[in-house]
Amino acid sequence: MYVADSRSTPATPAPAARSTRSGRRAAVAPTVLALGTVSLVTDVSSEMVTAVLPLYLVAGLGLSPLGFGLLDGVYNGFSALVRLVGGHLADRGGRHKTVAVLGYGLSALCKPLLLVAGSLPLIGAVLAADRTGKGLRTAPRDALISLASPAESRGRAFGVHRAMDTAGALIGPLVAFLILRQAVDGYDAVFTVSFCVAAVGVLVLVLFVPSRRRPPADAPATAPAGAPRASLKAALALLRVHEVRRLALCALLLGLATVSDSFVYLLLQRRLGVSDQWFALLPLGTAAAFLLLAVPLGRLADRVGSRRVFLGGHLALLLAYVALLSGWQGTALPYLVLALHGGFYASTDGVLMAATAGVVPAELRSSGLALVQTGQALARFGCSIAFGAAWSAWGDRTALGTATGALAVCAAAAFALLPAPSRDTAPSRATDSKERPA
Amino acid sequence: MTLRIKLLVLLTALAVLGGVAAASLLHASDRAAEKDRAQAGGPPVASGRITLTPDATRRIVFRNMAWGPHRDELATVPADAPGGPRTASGVKCLRFHAAAGTGICLQAERGTVEDAYRAVVLDAGLKERAHYALPGIPTRARVSPSGRFVAWTVFVGGDSYAGTDFSTRTAVLDTGTNRLTASLEEFTVIKDGTEHRAADTNFWGVTFSRDDRHFYATMATGGKTYLVRGDLGARTVTTLHQNVECPSLSPDETRVVYKKRVAGAPADAPWRLYALDLSTFRETPLADRRSVDDQAVWLDARTVAYSLPGDFGADLYAVPADGSGAPKRLLTAGLAPVVLGGAGEREGPLSQGRENGLTGGCLRRGSWRRPGPP
Repeated sequence: MYVADSRSTPATPAPAARSTRSGRRAAVAPTVLALGTVSLVTDVSSEMVTAVLPLYLVAGLGLSPLGFGLLDGVYNGFSALVRLVGGHLADRGGRHKTVAVLGYGLSALCKPLLLVAGSLPLIGAVLAADRTGKGLRTAPRDALISLASPAESRGRAFGVHRAMDTAGALIGPLVAFLILRQAVDGYDAVFTVSFCVAAVGVLVLVLFVPSRRRPPADAPATAPAGAPRASLKAALALLRVHEVRRLALCALLLGLATVSDSFVYLLLQRRLGVSDQWFALLPLGTAAAFLLLAVPLGRLADRVGSRRVFLGGHLALLLAYVALLSGWQGTALPYLVLALHGGFYASTDGVLMAATAGVVPAELRSSGLALVQTGQALARFGCSIAFGAAWSAWGDRTALGTATGALAVCAAAAFALLPAPSRDTAPSRATDSKERPA
Repeated sequence: MTLRIKLLVLLTALAVLGGVAAASLLHASDRAAEKDRAQAGGPPVASGRITLTPDATRRIVFRNMAWGPHRDELATVPADAPGGPRTASGVKCLRFHAAAGTGICLQAERGTVEDAYRAVVLDAGLKERAHYALPGIPTRARVSPSGRFVAWTVFVGGDSYAGTDFSTRTAVLDTGTNRLTASLEEFTVIKDGTEHRAADTNFWGVTFSRDDRHFYATMATGGKTYLVRGDLGARTVTTLHQNVECPSLSPDETRVVYKKRVAGAPADAPWRLYALDLSTFRETPLADRRSVDDQAVWLDARTVAYSLPGDFGADLYAVPADGSGAPKRLLTAGLAPVVLGGAGEREGPLSQGRENGLTGGCLRRGSWRRPGPP
């Protein structure tokens, strides 16, 4: 019925929907492209600020780097929890777009506020509001993507979205540095331009993403009588659904063995003695690989099943760890590790959402996606703390060796836990039938 | 809303927001450009030719820190009128030193992501003879009196100067053979008569002897700093004295003026200038009671010059090297000066009260800024 919904919206031409359903692998729904554009533009805006914020806080306002790291960690945990709220709010009354606009809008408004917030507590409050916006919008946005795409091409839809999102993340820092080149100490210009870009993102969202209206009056006729109603209770009850629980557990388990990006870059630097100016480029390598691989691996997930691609991604991460452990110091090492690291993201980030969308009913889509994302984020947060402690106590090699072993064990457990391909498609076919006009 | 109206709304918004973004960018770059406009009351600066050739004209060559289009360029003023109009060369350096027609210029190269640094060996016409990539932020540069040897020091890995565990790397280049000693840590260290090996050894602040073989420098190890005498032929350094940083060898090579960490001084400004007699190892405090974080230079046989923080980064001061007299301001908004020309270059005639500076440039912590964004 959601495809029917979007069909009735003038902005979504019917032929596109038909072409996706006919199995042609050329297009994704216009809604996905519009959301991808919103993410691209918003990421340009937010990554501009992220890129200069440490510099601004440490050099401009005199905050210690340690203090900044602490602040950042706390806010990331906070954002993960807000995601649950955003997911739940979006499901209530099917207000995905409204909640998303709220989230994107809140983050946009924070950019000019950074300009006037001169003291540390104020900056902290603005950053908290910014992260609240990010937390609020993520689950409804992913729900909108999944609801606009038929189950058999969801991997590709998420792949396209993540690729556009990553492109924005790559462009953002570049724009910020170009501005600072033009105007030394021009942090105010960075924040103002960032706000303008973010406002464009919100506008594209408001204008070009069709709102998913509440099921029309005739909905009860098409929706199954036992369809879950969006409530906190129902959202938590999702965990009692076999497939959802397994998927969430796998995400949690693998998250616990996923070492934070910055540790991967630090390990690379240690292996190779990468100089400071190249060190700043390492995350770009991961992002570039993510950007290039997101669509092909999303399509692969549609063809061979998200389970295989998801586990394959963790295998890539495992290989990256092994390469870092091996003591090999060739010039190809950073390229290999970063390609594997980006490949890991490309085969897990969108793919996990596509897989979750397949087992969560449409009425609870946002909550379900938020649940899995939050579980994964908190597990990774825990892993980072543990890895940092292990690094300090035993040194980087032993810490990485332990993480590698843990990842191998978790991956094996996930392989056993994850619904086998036959079961993977069964529930998604069931949700499919709900989403399609009879 | 039809697609047409939506597109119209979007285009209108793009125009308005684009205007706001452009205006803020213009405003910020205009503000940044202020540093490229000469400030009222500052010394006039004009483009011109600068030569490092030792000739009859006694002059100071230094890094011009005054705001204006020639900020950070090598500039020159007559030695007898250091406050007067400046001639700027167009060559930008963070640190600079020169002798006998050879110059060393440590400069920043703007990169896409982060600045890179390089050491450029200049000929007498300020043309590049060779350049070497630097592994960190430049702090000190020196040329031997003959112009043959060149030394420079950088901070490695962006380590903080203020921290206790900063590390430096000092390189020595023989411009005759182009042999580069990338780090003095390759030399054998003889400490208190025996060979000393330690991972925490750091060198900085080389000052060359006339014989093109020996030099003095600072060595730090085990939390202490030492004056060392180096031998470029034997590739050794030998400790001579404790608590000595950034030595500067006098023209007659009997004394060094250096910065000494004194007890009871604030932690962020712990240094005073002292003179050390190399035959008796007797120390004499110089008349400036302020904390000097610079490698002083000898103006002549009796006077040294050094930099202190100023309105535009750094001002240069001069004081007698025997502890008498009082510090005098030599020129404003300048750094890393060297006196060229006149009789014998380093042993020019004394000019009373009008001391002319040559500072190698130990990094001053207070005013140090990474040039531009990272």
